[in-house]
Amino acid sequence: MDILPILSTLRRHKLTAWLLILEIALTCAIVCNAVFLIGQRLQRMDMPSGVAEHELLQIQVADVVQPANPYARVQEDLAVLRQVPGVQSVAFSNQVPFGASSSNGNVLLDPDQPQRTLNATTYFGENLVATMGTRLVAGRDLQPDDFVDVDTALKALRTGDSKSLPHVTLITRTLAERLWPGQNPLGRLIYLTPTVGLRVAGVVASLVRPNAYDAATAQYTMVIPLRMGADKGMSYVIRTRPQDRARVLAASLAALKKVDPQRVVTTRRSFDEVRRRFFRDDRAMAGMLVGVIAALLIVTALGIVGLASFWVAQRRRTIGVRRALGATRGDILHYFQTENFLLATFGIVLGMVLAYGINLFLMTHYELPRLPAIYFPVGAIALWLIGQLAVLGPALRAAAVPPVVATRSV
Amino acid sequence: MLGYYLDLALRSLKRNKVLTALMVLAIAVGIGASMTTLTVMQLLSGDPLPGRSAHIYYPQLDPETGADVRKAPPDMLDYITAHDLWQSGKADRQAMVMDGTIKVQPELAGQVPFMATLVGTTSDFFPMFGVPFRYGGSWTAADGAAAARQVVISDVLNQRLFGGANSVGRTIVLNGASVQVVGVLDHWRPRPRFYLLAGARNSGGDTSFYYGKSHDVFLPVSTGLDINAGNFGWYTCWAKPDRMDLQHAPCESVALWVQLDTPAKAAAYRRYLDAYDAQQRELGRLTHPANTRMMSLQAWLAYQNVVPGDVKLQTWLAFGFLLVCLFNTVGLLLAKFLRRGGEIGVRRALGATRHAIFIQCLTEAGVIGLLGGIGGLLLTLLGLALVRRQPVEYADIVALNVPMFLFTLMLAVVAALLAGALPALRASRIPPALQLKTL
Repeated sequence: MDILPILSTLRRHKLTAWLLILEIALTCAIVCNAVFLIGQRLQRMDMPSGVAEHELLQIQVADVVQPANPYARVQEDLAVLRQVPGVQSVAFSNQVPFGASSSNGNVLLDPDQPQRTLNATTYFGENLVATMGTRLVAGRDLQPDDFVDVDTALKALRTGDSKSLPHVTLITRTLAERLWPGQNPLGRLIYLTPTVGLRVAGVVASLVRPNAYDAATAQYTMVIPLRMGADKGMSYVIRTRPQDRARVLAASLAALKKVDPQRVVTTRRSFDEVRRRFFRDDRAMAGMLVGVIAALLIVTALGIVGLASFWVAQRRRTIGVRRALGATRGDILHYFQTENFLLATFGIVLGMVLAYGINLFLMTHYELPRLPAIYFPVGAIALWLIGQLAVLGPALRAAAVPPVVATRSV
Repeated sequence: MLGYYLDLALRSLKRNKVLTALMVLAIAVGIGASMTTLTVMQLLSGDPLPGRSAHIYYPQLDPETGADVRKAPPDMLDYITAHDLWQSGKADRQAMVMDGTIKVQPELAGQVPFMATLVGTTSDFFPMFGVPFRYGGSWTAADGAAAARQVVISDVLNQRLFGGANSVGRTIVLNGASVQVVGVLDHWRPRPRFYLLAGARNSGGDTSFYYGKSHDVFLPVSTGLDINAGNFGWYTCWAKPDRMDLQHAPCESVALWVQLDTPAKAAAYRRYLDAYDAQQRELGRLTHPANTRMMSLQAWLAYQNVVPGDVKLQTWLAFGFLLVCLFNTVGLLLAKFLRRGGEIGVRRALGATRHAIFIQCLTEAGVIGLLGGIGGLLLTLLGLALVRRQPVEYADIVALNVPMFLFTLMLAVVAALLAGALPALRASRIPPALQLKTL
């Protein structure tokens, strides 16, 4: 196919051709970046939690009348919950993975260092590893005699009695690798403050932070052997079989109400809901982006259809003359297809530059990574396809113009 | 004459219905998408206290004594610092703000106790932020100092507890303590809930929480510490705290807001803050290097990056989308008019002036722009209805912003007119004879 005649025709429609090229370029740039953003969101929504999500329930209660002994109240609640048929394991935790509200602490490797090494989240509570179903990969789990009551620990902190503080901790594999790359973390010391040192007793495969906003630090997690009293911020975590969840949740609530009919249940949900709630903005955004991509491609396709239809109608006589001079239907069809291909190619080249520019903008303003090169051909192929599909109808109509048109005056 | 042009325009548009629909739809979709996100953006980035925000400031210093020294002072103050600054009374108005939750025990039989959101503050909070009252008013400064058992409740809570009746003078039971209602707020929904923003900048752009409903229970700080100790939240702690003793806890848990009516007063307060900071370091209570700041309310909102990142991104997307739609329409209009040479030639030959041809083309383009704009309005309403159904905190306050809509409508019409003007100009320039020949 000779493209020179096509170019010279386009030169006569410079403005319209440029508008179409710009439209394609902009669509291409937005589609590249939007597909990339969707990928980012989906990847984020897939973030592993390290716990047996489909088997877990979370309940939070607030006691209207402060129990005389909050620690005894927790033990009573746990005992009652263990009696609920279908419950496999129960824990009382200060926070849950993807729960948003979190307790965090500074990690120092040397008590005298002026700046913290990093910030890690701190889980407290007995029986957490077993209940949540996170896997121990090295060392040992926390034992009952590791645990210290929070109030005892606070008092010890004030009086400087280091014997009554917790001495050990569990950390995630990611945190171990970050603090001591390539070395055995077991037995090493982590300082929460210059006076509180915890020895690493075990390493768990994975346990995500409640506030996992940043994938890089999402696994900076410690489990500290502190025992808490009843408090509205704390959660009962219940493990059961996936199919029993609804029934166990209802029965557990009833059991907790029986302990104290006055108490207010503030949270009751499965971990599937916890995850859904945490990532709902990402899901909404991804859905919106899909909608935008579809709408953009449709609008661009319709624009191509409209413009091509005009050009075909405008060139009816020229087409007739060409047909009369011996051009086949295929020649006419290919002419319009090639024309569209050229316009799309110009648009795509421009669009790539624009896509790169938009990505640079997003990188500086929204902390997004660089657009991987793989997304450029995705946008290009999408627009070439859309262009060819859109132009097919008008081009077929052009090919159907009979040679006799050339001989008619109007 | 315009009537005739309108008639011509409608005829021309009817001749090719599919194409007309395409152009109108493209404009409508572009306007609908950009207007929906722009409305949300404008709603979330507006001034929460119009007319007042210029005089409201947020003093900060670094009260920590731990090993770790922050670059920026923490987002809140410790209780001692906040109380000292508040008690000094150096500003025109000043209020401490702490938040938490509190148990409300309804008197009515059958209603179960529930948790309500709580703000512990001081009496200046209400006049300083222009908080509207439906019934009664704030507690007095003297009542606040005496830790009087008095409370101000929101209209929402008043509805829930008293069915919306004037409840001033009635008693409610909060966390086991009886307190007397002295004021009921009128509907108050600042956007964002600016008085407690600490931490927004660290939430990865996920800030829709800060656009939630305002609090339900407003207690004097002193009363709150008496009856609800242990239930106030804190921003962060630099050492392990004792939950029940917030006044002395090594934690930042209090926001201090001051009103300074003139720049001179603001400068004087800034000097006072520095002097206080220096004095406290001399006394040894503060150990970190001096790091004081005092932002205006607007600067504080910008620093906290409180407009959700997703909303900003959507706004950019929508503008890109509008641009594509406009390119599309302009291209189609151009093609349409440029093909009309013959018809224009006939009209010119029959005596129409260049001016008349020009106006006729513009009328047709204007009609398309207007139709697209109206379609855009419908799509905007649909889009906003969809946003309202989304599970975000600010869903209930999303509504159409009329001036902004008019602006976008104008944009659409102007773009369409521009698209019409160029071919109109060209068509009206060519001598009628030449155009007739091409027929």
